[in-house]
Amino acid sequence: MQRIKPGRAEHLITVNGEQRRVSLRPADTLLYTLRDELGLTGAKPGCENGDCGACTVLVDDVPMKSCLLLTMELVDESRPRQIETVEALDRAAVQEQFLRHWAFQCGYCTSGFLMLAEGLCRQRPDADASEMLDWMRSNICRCTSYAELIHAVADTLQRSAREGAEPAHP
Amino acid sequence: MPTAQASQSAKQETEPTAPAAANPGAGAFGRRMQAVGQSVARKEAPNKVTGRARYRGDVTPVGTLTACIVPSGHAHAQLVRVDVDSARRMPGVVAILTGEDTDLLCGEVLEDRPPLARGTVRYHGEPVALVIAHGEAEARAAARRVAIQYAALPLVATVEAAVASDAPLIHPALGTYTRAQPPVVPQAHTNIADHAKVRRGNPTEGWAASDVVVAGHYSVPQVDHAAMETRSARVEILHDGRVIVQSTTQAPFEVQKLLAKSFQLQQGQVIVDVPLVGGAFGGKAAVQLEVLAYLASRAVGGRPVQVVNSREEDMATSPVGIGLVADVKLGATRDGQLQVADLTFLLDTGAYTDSTPRVARAICSECTGPYRVEHVRCDAYTVYTNHTYATAFRGFGHFPLTFAIERTMDRLAQALGMDPVALRRKNLIGPGDQTPTRMVLTRSTLGDPQACLDRAATLLGGPAAEATGSHTVRARGLALFWKTSSSPPNAISGAVVTFNQDGSVNLSTGTVEVGAGTKTTSAQIVAEQLGIDVEQVHIHTHINTKVDPEHWKTVASMSTFMAGRAVMEAAEDAKAQLKSVAAIALKCAPGDLSVAQGRVFLTADPNIYVTFSDVAHGYSYPGGDAVGGQIIGRGSYIMRHLTLLDEATGEGHPGPSFTVGAQGVEIDLDRRTWRYRVVRAVTVVDAGRVINPAGARAMLQGGMCMGIGLATREGVLYDRDGQRLNSQLRSYKVMRAGEQPDAYGVEFVETPQIDAPFGARALGEHGLLAMPAAVAAAVSHAIGQPVDHLPITPESLWQLSRTAAAQ
Repeated sequence: MQRIKPGRAEHLITVNGEQRRVSLRPADTLLYTLRDELGLTGAKPGCENGDCGACTVLVDDVPMKSCLLLTMELVDESRPRQIETVEALDRAAVQEQFLRHWAFQCGYCTSGFLMLAEGLCRQRPDADASEMLDWMRSNICRCTSYAELIHAVADTLQRSAREGAEPAHP
Repeated sequence: MPTAQASQSAKQETEPTAPAAANPGAGAFGRRMQAVGQSVARKEAPNKVTGRARYRGDVTPVGTLTACIVPSGHAHAQLVRVDVDSARRMPGVVAILTGEDTDLLCGEVLEDRPPLARGTVRYHGEPVALVIAHGEAEARAAARRVAIQYAALPLVATVEAAVASDAPLIHPALGTYTRAQPPVVPQAHTNIADHAKVRRGNPTEGWAASDVVVAGHYSVPQVDHAAMETRSARVEILHDGRVIVQSTTQAPFEVQKLLAKSFQLQQGQVIVDVPLVGGAFGGKAAVQLEVLAYLASRAVGGRPVQVVNSREEDMATSPVGIGLVADVKLGATRDGQLQVADLTFLLDTGAYTDSTPRVARAICSECTGPYRVEHVRCDAYTVYTNHTYATAFRGFGHFPLTFAIERTMDRLAQALGMDPVALRRKNLIGPGDQTPTRMVLTRSTLGDPQACLDRAATLLGGPAAEATGSHTVRARGLALFWKTSSSPPNAISGAVVTFNQDGSVNLSTGTVEVGAGTKTTSAQIVAEQLGIDVEQVHIHTHINTKVDPEHWKTVASMSTFMAGRAVMEAAEDAKAQLKSVAAIALKCAPGDLSVAQGRVFLTADPNIYVTFSDVAHGYSYPGGDAVGGQIIGRGSYIMRHLTLLDEATGEGHPGPSFTVGAQGVEIDLDRRTWRYRVVRAVTVVDAGRVINPAGARAMLQGGMCMGIGLATREGVLYDRDGQRLNSQLRSYKVMRAGEQPDAYGVEFVETPQIDAPFGARALGEHGLLAMPAAVAAAVSHAIGQPVDHLPITPESLWQLSRTAAAQ
């Protein structure tokens, strides 16, 4: 096993399709790197403990809680990973459905829910209601009644299923 | 079901009425609305779905220091020694503050709280020291090196223990504290920080007239606001004397006033800037981190310092929602006419009072629920315990109050052998009746509780309980709520309307966008008044106390009413100015002109007109000379005819109007496991007038979901030493996707409040108010036993069944 040296060092990571050079401490979480190093503040700290999901991003198309990942694990030197944040979504179906269904109020959990839903559409475009809820339980929204979020995600899934399981890629 | 009043308001809509300007409420009903009544998307919605919406923590300039709180490890102890020497030597540390560095005492109502504990700690998690370092990692590492030596003091673990005659005192100096915002009535040498009361009629007569008397004992734990964004504040003190504050507050103008007062600054020196706020629910109206950030910045020569709560700090160090223990006794005649109510509330304010005495008065104001009761005795005590200190929570005391009253109404119905809906209908308060604080109600101030009750009962349908299998039961429960603002009698709001050269409009108000959509509502009101598209109204999302007009606080569901009134006035003011300039351009009298669709035109001939852009910045004659100047519309509102409650009798006028509503739930319960699920939830609320239907529905549904969480799982837990057990979102349970009801039913009754913008009543808090009471009613019906304590978990029901079996 490779020993990680303490202190800061520069590394490359791939975020939203761009390779970025970042200065890292071994203990930096991906959430910290995205927000404080790269200014991608869409992912939010809500608990920094994996409980709330406000920091959810995609890593190789899989929704991950960026507060629980060390950036060091994702640097291009070890095994390049595609990191995607909400800032990469551009008029994606899921965004349209969140708008249509009033799936947010304060908006703080929204980026996390969007990335969770986007990941679901890419991974399991044929997910049934029960599987969809299983996924959605990983995040918390304190404002809405969840019905709005569930309708938004269900409609996005239906649409991506209709479009031949082709997810709404950015 | 249409009532006399409802049909009257329907009739109004068909009749031509005076222009809205004459009467901002009633006058508007006759017009066909273009912006009001439409489900206009939130102004900030596109940014919220792209990650571009900015919250406090999203913009932190390089060079900002971080201050970390060192929390108390004890719930009640003397601080023998706070040793910061080794922490001070840690890398990156700039300064460390303890309680010895300031003798300031804070408190919205009663100044009882040191920002950093001095001599004594009174709750687990209380700030003892503040470590200021270059980065968060350094600050946290050093914070762990602060060595605190405690000498334990006896714990006061419950409100009942706190009011016992031999209880240890949490604030021995209670009698000496400054009363910052009376009324507040501390009882020196006790743990009672305040005693609010209502004395109405003659209870002795009431009991004599009562054939049936029921009593209940209820408890609601402290709860956490659990807004997804934790609280944070950043302060920089500039050398020109300005203090720049960025905060997650719901009350920027309160922060400004409090910092100015606490640190002897001119108010204008303190500039509070608030971007979008990630949920608040009352928890961000309390001023705490702003003071710590100020102290920290002052200690490091005014450099910018931020204090950002971790989730654990947000739950254990910053204030929670008030807990409550209630004893309620009701007397009624044989035919179910209420005669008398006797109520005692012990409010668990934890270690410090914050706004609890105000909450206690709000509870007093509506202590009977929306029922007519001639004789009332109510005592609401703000009680210190060694719990996390408490502040307002969505509903300002009304969800625990509603729980206590509605549970007792169900008891009374059972004792009388009456249908619970019929008992409520018989006793509903109405126009001409007096509230417990002797406010005489009108249809406009009250709304129509009966229409809400009848419609909710119809929507809920079915029997109270029915077996659906050998061990499963489906049950229903219904409860009513009412609430007024309980705001200070001199609460104010303001609005400024300016124009861009293209004729579009800028709107500035002092309300904070916490998620309730207040900015969009205000934009709709301006658009309606000026007859323009909502797209043509540009809002300030950030609040800045230096440039935005003051709005009391974004609390009490009062933004639509107070800011709305100011916005209407500002729009009318702008309109009058537009007409006066247009009158010159169009060579007529201002009175000949109308305003709509971005034009000022001759009422008699709309083809003769000027556009807003022609006149809003002065009208230029063909020769180039100009007249008129820039048009700036101003509007302001101050509460009127409100009074503080009398200390002896509670008499007073606590708010401009009420919002009444009825809520019901249907549950499926398994008698083997005691697990249950809310499968359907309904709310019928008198909204006065719905300004944004989709927004209002979403807001109410969200409240209902939160209310189901409060009923079924939420509650702050302490161990026997007073240590917080659930200060994380995995141990403090909130609702998650899939746990919500299969169906929400939300319907509106519209009885206009005639002095409100377009008749609209307050709605922001109300979705949750009666949900815990409705869930408790349904569960009680399902198990055939009264359920009187929140939260109602399968475990609590199992214990209840064992107690019942043992009896």
